[in-house]
Amino acid sequence: MTYKMSGDDLYVYLYGEFDDSVAKTIRENIDMLIDSFVFSRLVIDMREVSFMDSTGIGVLLGRYKKLRSLGRKLSVKNVNFQVDKVFSMCGIYDIVSKL
Amino acid sequence: MNYFKMQLPALDCNEKFARSALAAFCVEAAPTLEEIGDVKTAVSEAVTNVVVHAYDKENPGEIFLEAYLDANEIKIVIKDNGVGIADVEKALEPFYSTKSDDERSGMGFTVMQTFMDKVSVVSKEGEGTTVELVKRFGDKQ
Repeated sequence: MTYKMSGDDLYVYLYGEFDDSVAKTIRENIDMLIDSFVFSRLVIDMREVSFMDSTGIGVLLGRYKKLRSLGRKLSVKNVNFQVDKVFSMCGIYDIVSKL
Repeated sequence: MNYFKMQLPALDCNEKFARSALAAFCVEAAPTLEEIGDVKTAVSEAVTNVVVHAYDKENPGEIFLEAYLDANEIKIVIKDNGVGIADVEKALEPFYSTKSDDERSGMGFTVMQTFMDKVSVVSKEGEGTTVELVKRFGDKQ
């Protein structure tokens, strides 16, 4: 993953297929970024994510809880059709905004 | 009718391989991109369940993966000889997971039920679990 600060937003860019085999690494890396920067909103840009299953939902919900405890927001961006379908059916857009 | 049968270790690197294998196998039925995505997602959930729950991480067992393609209908069977599911009805509930400490969403079976036309789960504690997924390509919803 790569990242950049833009104003009050921390952008995190994910790549590849987001499944159980990469979940732990993604979780640890995002947590490290959350702990290292001051920001009001984390935006996860998924333009380069070709696939995601419900493992990704678990990781994102965990990040949402952590961010909420810090008074910060979470958004996702550039989700492809398959990722959007998984997000929609799990109801994640009720708590995470899609930019 | 075409089919394949394979057995592979329940390692997380095989989650992606199983998705790719099923996607390639489906091509013969000329599914839409969305339908291929549905099959890949459901298979990913079922195989991940075996990798995460069926066996000890220290001694990963095997996944038995079969697929049958008859005209426009695919049936996929994901079987393991692992610990089995104590309460299948509970396991099928959305957001339920026996490993919630690991930040599991508990949505695996719900995703399978949403993306496939039919899902059946048979399990016996101490013996293993068999999940069957069926999808008809070309069905307008």
